[in-house]
Amino acid sequence: MSFNVDEFFNKLNTGNVILSYKGSITTEVINGSLEEIEAKLDEIGESSKIKKKIYNVLVESLQNLYHHVDDMPDDVSTQLVNKFGILVISCDDNNKYRISCGNFISSEKIKYLKDKIDKINSLSQNELKDMYKFILNHQKLSAKGGGGLGLVDIARKTGHKMEYSFMNHNNDYYFFNLDIFVS
Amino acid sequence: MEPLSIEGTAKTPSVRFDAEKGILEIKGRSIPENSIEFYKPLVDWLDAYKGSTAGKTEVNVQLEYFNTSSSKCILDVFKKLENIHKSKAEVMVNWFYEEDDEDMLEAGEDYESIIHVPFKMIEIVD
Repeated sequence: MSFNVDEFFNKLNTGNVILSYKGSITTEVINGSLEEIEAKLDEIGESSKIKKKIYNVLVESLQNLYHHVDDMPDDVSTQLVNKFGILVISCDDNNKYRISCGNFISSEKIKYLKDKIDKINSLSQNELKDMYKFILNHQKLSAKGGGGLGLVDIARKTGHKMEYSFMNHNNDYYFFNLDIFVS
Repeated sequence: MEPLSIEGTAKTPSVRFDAEKGILEIKGRSIPENSIEFYKPLVDWLDAYKGSTAGKTEVNVQLEYFNTSSSKCILDVFKKLENIHKSKAEVMVNWFYEEDDEDMLEAGEDYESIIHVPFKMIEIVD
């Protein structure tokens, strides 16, 4: 059975959900989500430290989606909007936040993403700092404005390992979900 | 030389570059999707400033948030300043961070370790 994005999205939307979005990742959506999360975290009375970390992670993960979302396979694109992505932020009983973001990718990107995240997950804080500084100083910004630093920055700021999954939709397309944790 | 003055928005910082006083300020949030466009006038202004500066330059950077796309552009700004510091006249960077914002302090230290310009880390206490 092929991957069903609605079922997956519904599964993410259990427990204490703070922010949830499914649809086109546009500048307006990014702006709205950032405003909303700030307001929600203020309302909860979250510490400024955690608030800033979540805000930073949200900026990077939404902009990652914005820059990297692939064109949809035809059978999916008939049901879904352009630049489709999902985002769910929830908080568990131990005050650990989970930021889940996902999008469809073509199968050829799996290896690159998997290798990159595995590598980042294997590094210590000091190694992440060195990697960040190296990329910052040696890699040019892409035409889109992405710098290849987003995931390294997320790992540095959260101090938690990221979790990911690739779910097959059809032969060539997978749904890539990334879970980021902040506590 | 004309000062550079840009009002801040929810996603871009306010900018006040004053050549006469030798004071450059960047303040607020820098989280645009594509930062190159925003930072281009700053980098261009600094190129012109290099030719006209005589005295000391004080740079005040007070960012609440910045994204990784901006981080490279901010480095470009610092590289221009480093060039002025090396070849023309003294440059000093004041890097402001909010109390308990270790991530922002660390970000300043990252730049300090890459750029050969004196940095001063200043904690803002409410």
